[in-house]
Amino acid sequence: MNADLGLWAVPLAVLGGMLRVSTPFLFVSLGECVTEKSGRINLGLEGTLVFGAMAGYGGAYLTGSPWLGVLAAGLFGVLFGLLHGFLCSLPKVNDIAVGIALMLLGTGLAFFFGKPLIQPAAPMLPAIPLGAWSDVPQVRAALEVSPLFVIGLLIAIALLFVFKRTKIGLVLRMVGDSADAARAMGYPILPVRIGATAFGGFMAGVAGAYLSLYYPGSWNEAISSGQGLIAVALVIFARWNPLACFGAALLFGGAGALGPALQSVGVTEGYYLFYAAPYVLTLLILFFTSSRTKALEGAPRELSITK
Amino acid sequence: MTMLPLNRRRLLISGSALLAAPLLMRVSPAAAASLTAGFIYVGPRDDFGYNQSHAEGAAALKAMDGITVLEEENVPESNDVVKSMESMIQLDDASLLFPTSFGYYNPFVKETAADYPDVQFRHCGGLWSEADPKNAGSYFGYIGTAQYLSGIVAGHQTKSKRLGFVAAKPIPQVLMNINAFTLGAKSVDPEITTQVIFTGDWAQPVKEAEATNALIDQGADVLTCHVDSPKVFVQTAAGRGAFVCGYHTSQAPLAPEHYLTGAEWNWSTVYKMFAEKALAGGALPNFVRGGLVEGFVKTSPYGPAVSEAARNQTDTVKAEVMKGGFAVIKGPLKDNKGNEVVAAGKAYPETAVELESMDYLVEGVLGSTS
Repeated sequence: MNADLGLWAVPLAVLGGMLRVSTPFLFVSLGECVTEKSGRINLGLEGTLVFGAMAGYGGAYLTGSPWLGVLAAGLFGVLFGLLHGFLCSLPKVNDIAVGIALMLLGTGLAFFFGKPLIQPAAPMLPAIPLGAWSDVPQVRAALEVSPLFVIGLLIAIALLFVFKRTKIGLVLRMVGDSADAARAMGYPILPVRIGATAFGGFMAGVAGAYLSLYYPGSWNEAISSGQGLIAVALVIFARWNPLACFGAALLFGGAGALGPALQSVGVTEGYYLFYAAPYVLTLLILFFTSSRTKALEGAPRELSITK
Repeated sequence: MTMLPLNRRRLLISGSALLAAPLLMRVSPAAAASLTAGFIYVGPRDDFGYNQSHAEGAAALKAMDGITVLEEENVPESNDVVKSMESMIQLDDASLLFPTSFGYYNPFVKETAADYPDVQFRHCGGLWSEADPKNAGSYFGYIGTAQYLSGIVAGHQTKSKRLGFVAAKPIPQVLMNINAFTLGAKSVDPEITTQVIFTGDWAQPVKEAEATNALIDQGADVLTCHVDSPKVFVQTAAGRGAFVCGYHTSQAPLAPEHYLTGAEWNWSTVYKMFAEKALAGGALPNFVRGGLVEGFVKTSPYGPAVSEAARNQTDTVKAEVMKGGFAVIKGPLKDNKGNEVVAAGKAYPETAVELESMDYLVEGVLGSTS
């Protein structure tokens, strides 16, 4: 029997939404963060995400193991990342244009190969019941967390450490901040960038597998509804800081849960407005944190948008 | 310095080999038959939902002699549908077209029908009027009455007296389904309420899952929906242990223990009728509608959780419906703001034209149309 929570249901649903909806944003934005730190933008991650969702679902269905599905999604993500990386390494190729092309290619291929996968049911990823201490079923449901969410948080912390304290991080940032300096020091620029883009692809593929194998947990052609694109924007919003990416992902996840939660407690007028909440929030935060002098702080200098 | 042997030629060679792979999987269409019918869907045809219900109808035609069936899916409600129709007509000699999505009709089907007077167009949604081209037409089913029957089953099943409804947009057909479902449940116990959440669009998997979770958190223990593909909804609700009533097609395979019953389309009746008339060379009707009686809609078989009492009452009401003229919406009826919307003594059977401009939610529905 469910307890009647009254208005407490709203913050609880927002918390649950943060934990459930944020993971794809988190993985894509962390991957893109690494790619952009190396000086490239991969806009094609939306396509990688959708293809990852399809490949993860198919992999889990064919092998019977959801974790093999996640792995398959990540590996296909690597392929897309490598493709972007190699194409952009050719002279005079624009990374944004290639990204848009790969976004269309990824979604198109996913729809084509995903056709026979819409009907069957694949095994789902398990959940960690963080709310087992509570006897309120709503709390238990809200605190069910995917292992991928925890892994995402750990990756965010690890990336922060790698960027700041390790040689790999230093080389990555040097390649992204000044190709001339990296060249002078004798570091290989293209392999670093290709590797960083492949990592971004891997993360986006895993994010797709989360969508199809955990929440909402099904493969269909509308599964992403633009989350990959929003996540790429989140990186800029988070000023290329992995922990800020984590916060931004939570914010977007929670804001997305606000609309349904408010309707469920009886605030039913103007739900289209509540659905716009994440975007209004972004505009407000950008407005209040904008600064004439610090606009590009943290931005890799080699990015085509900041050059 | 070139660390990697990259050049355009190698990329193009390996890329084109990859791109050619899908071509090997193409199957050539069957040879000419005496009638070619084309179906156009707005989404994937195996979505456990609206498009699948039409594809099942199309599959029934494939079994008939002398008919070639063409299908195209994921066609947006834009000029794209005109291109799809023209390609079916010009390249495949289609003479009977079924563009199945509501938004295809105006202006796309109307204009194409005027351009190709020898081809018959029948659109799902019931929008045809006398002023439109005579080679166009409409068909639609009254599925609200089937939702009423689902509501009776849900009313017996609920322990919390709270039902949940995940809806896409507040258009008359959706409102009719919400109201009919609620009235069915209230015929079992007037205390029952239905909480509705609108997701804002027809295919929003993440929002549908969030809405389902929010409804269950608020105590709803039997849920149904009106979105294009109920797959995510059914899996999420059953995963939380709630019971579900299906929509569009049967979702029983997705949740065998938690599926109670459902309101399904049965388009094969309509498509077979059109195809038989066309094969015989007769004129096709322009305006076709029907409900449970005519076999345009049906209800899913009861799931294992449905009680004996629920089966009995639902079967009794269904027998009543099958006699014809049954009215779900009848007075006295108030909306959920307290205004009287149907006066006492007045009844609107499913064929009533007044129901097509429904803009209210009945008493007992928690939610708002805007």
